[in-house]
Amino acid sequence: MTGIARRRFDCLVIGAGGAGLRAALQLAQAEVSVAVISKVYPTRSHTVAAQGGINAALGNVRPDNWHWHMYDTVKGGDYLGDQDAIEYMCRAAPRLVVELEHYGVPFTRLENGRIYQRPFGGQSQNFGGEQAARTCAAADRTGHALLHSLYQQNLRAKTHFFDECFVLDLLVDQEGYVLGAFALEIETGEPIVFEAKATLLATGGSARLYRTTTNALINTGDGMAMVLRAGLPLEDMEFVQFHPTGIAGIGILISEGVRGEGGYLVNSRGERFMERYAPKALDLASRDVVSRAIYTEVKEGRGCGPNKDHVLLKLDHLGPEIIKSRLPGIRESAMIFAQVDPIEGPIPVYPTAHYTMGGIPTDRFGRVVAPVRHGPEEAVPGLYAVGECACVSVHGANRLGGNSLLDIVVFGRAAANHILEHLGEYRYHRPLPTGAAEPALARLERWAQSGPGESVDEVREALRLAMEQYCGVFRTQDVLEEGIRQVEALVQRMERARLKDQSKVFNTARVEALELENLMEIALATVYSAAARKESRGAHSRLDYPKRDDVGWLKHTLYYRDERRIDFKPVRTKPMTVDAFPPRERTY
Amino acid sequence: MKFLIYRYNPETDDKPRMQPYELPDDCGAVMLLDALLLLRRQDETLGFRRSCREGVCGSDGMNINGRNGLACVVRIRDLRQPIAVRPLPGLPVIRDLIVDLTPFFAQYRAVKPWLINHDPEPEIERLQGPEERDRLNGYYECILCACCTSACPSFWWNPERFLGPAALLQAWRFITDSRDQATGDRLDDLEDPYKLFRCHTIMNCADVCPKGLSPTTAINAIRDALAKRVL
Repeated sequence: MTGIARRRFDCLVIGAGGAGLRAALQLAQAEVSVAVISKVYPTRSHTVAAQGGINAALGNVRPDNWHWHMYDTVKGGDYLGDQDAIEYMCRAAPRLVVELEHYGVPFTRLENGRIYQRPFGGQSQNFGGEQAARTCAAADRTGHALLHSLYQQNLRAKTHFFDECFVLDLLVDQEGYVLGAFALEIETGEPIVFEAKATLLATGGSARLYRTTTNALINTGDGMAMVLRAGLPLEDMEFVQFHPTGIAGIGILISEGVRGEGGYLVNSRGERFMERYAPKALDLASRDVVSRAIYTEVKEGRGCGPNKDHVLLKLDHLGPEIIKSRLPGIRESAMIFAQVDPIEGPIPVYPTAHYTMGGIPTDRFGRVVAPVRHGPEEAVPGLYAVGECACVSVHGANRLGGNSLLDIVVFGRAAANHILEHLGEYRYHRPLPTGAAEPALARLERWAQSGPGESVDEVREALRLAMEQYCGVFRTQDVLEEGIRQVEALVQRMERARLKDQSKVFNTARVEALELENLMEIALATVYSAAARKESRGAHSRLDYPKRDDVGWLKHTLYYRDERRIDFKPVRTKPMTVDAFPPRERTY
Repeated sequence: MKFLIYRYNPETDDKPRMQPYELPDDCGAVMLLDALLLLRRQDETLGFRRSCREGVCGSDGMNINGRNGLACVVRIRDLRQPIAVRPLPGLPVIRDLIVDLTPFFAQYRAVKPWLINHDPEPEIERLQGPEERDRLNGYYECILCACCTSACPSFWWNPERFLGPAALLQAWRFITDSRDQATGDRLDDLEDPYKLFRCHTIMNCADVCPKGLSPTTAINAIRDALAKRVL
């Protein structure tokens, strides 16, 4: 490691989306030295694309209560969520949303000056009663408004930013302490070693694994893959959420807020088909339910368009005023990408890969936990994870809309608070052993091999197609096993891939190769976990095991990279202070 | 489809050049970004930034047939061929279509783009009526893509001293926010022959903004606020 630049901070935050920025703000305000490393400029993080809003039981529009929010979240996640973490999140929500408002988030307002809230899927009053209105919105640009406000507050707090810096791997010592990370400054191509007493991963999701996705091109599961390479497991990776309404053919997100404002889905016969699948909640049933309904309509020949391959999202009846004031971004997206003005006609939509419910196993303090030595959830010293890359697990087997923006601020803050405690105990940096950066350097070396070989781009596109075909909305054992064969074969092909561009300055090809290595790890985790879980729960829908099996499968999967090993750990069914919600049949 | 793309790699090139590229008409690319991604498949050395591919993150700002815009929301069929693609003007080029945004973000930081309110924090949200909130429309939506600032001749002439349309739009976003209490200080900071007053209302900024925002309107509003203060 001689000759490599070294930087030292108390805490390292990897990723500058909402989760990383919320955590960094808490740390900077506590006058801890904190560095945020991001492979893009912070305002390019995928949080910017969240549209519909953030949930909190403020009760500004209709009566609400955090306990009802908790019930909906447990039920929405098909009882796989950890109820202590869910209670923590739902109780904290109103305070943290108010805090965001104080940070400057320009929420849409009601006549009385309070934050506007809209109905979203899976929300109820009184534990399954009338539809609730719980989602706080800044028009349909809530993620943008939130991310920019958090970035601005970090600038005020003088957080150190390392923009366009790509982290390759964690630095870990013999005893398993995480001591920082090894990164590449993209502009210069120079490596940097970041030493830190605590490292927080906030690197987001990995739905770029699929050909059709709402995700930005940067969502390649980098943090999750680093954790796998460090010998730690990933949790519940079989649960990939397909958002019901992506623009048909390209996957670009059309917010659930459209249905919250009164939009609805129709098939080629003009039927509001959700009546058949969710007679009570209709178009505001939970996302896994709506996605399967759309898929089924199309499969049974009631799809729209010349190829009968999508359904229509109708909102013209809402009137131009509502569309222009509450859904202006959607209107813009529909006009640009579907060439439809939703004031005049319906938007063609189809389910699209959207959110990674699984991820790095953590507890509700944001500590990364793994079954080592004594118990199933022992904290990995010095390592934290929050946001979509983490699996706290508040979303269980399916995420309710509006809970992801909430998850990032609640657990971003919680992790930062625990890091402050950790820093009190660990006053000094532990020595970085020689060779800690060897694995990361070996990864760079591997891509420095030149000569003929496969192109990274072709392997990536083959991977995304394989995942779509063999690990999609509906699954069976045969299909998943074929998926395993295909992905394993792609791992082999990847070894033969070479870079033609060996330059240093802003080498995007190299970054994309490193990203594909990460995606490959996540693909393996996803197909192996999906083949292991023999039941249908939430987003994981098995045609060969159509029922949920609480006796056999009310447990989390853990996937390890070595030997593609699957392990399990129990679901935390006991909340912090209230009675548990025992599993019941899910109907909407 | 025919393209001419600005190429420059500081490690190997003495000076930049325009490199021709071609794609079959039936390659499936609808937006310019789709085409650039296909071209990168042919030539992985072609450097450009991209992320959301739906016009919300601002990564792929570039100069397209002489006009700044986001590659992900510009339709190829609306462009005259060969499509000439260059980096955003007025900013140092790092490589190919990638410019150094350090000066741009420095301008952003210079206007203190964060809400300042000295009152004790209330337990609930700070109240703001719908009309007060509507005053932020047209300003809070900025995605910091730098298309406007790098299209502004006043910025090209005085990049060190003129703040540029993007930063000034942000300044007004906070001046006009009913919750912000630093209006006086913000206006004091902007009352300067260069920072604000180098704007000559050429309106390139509003013309190219991919989000349809008008920094010129924000700049005029700041001028009005300064003028009213004197009266």
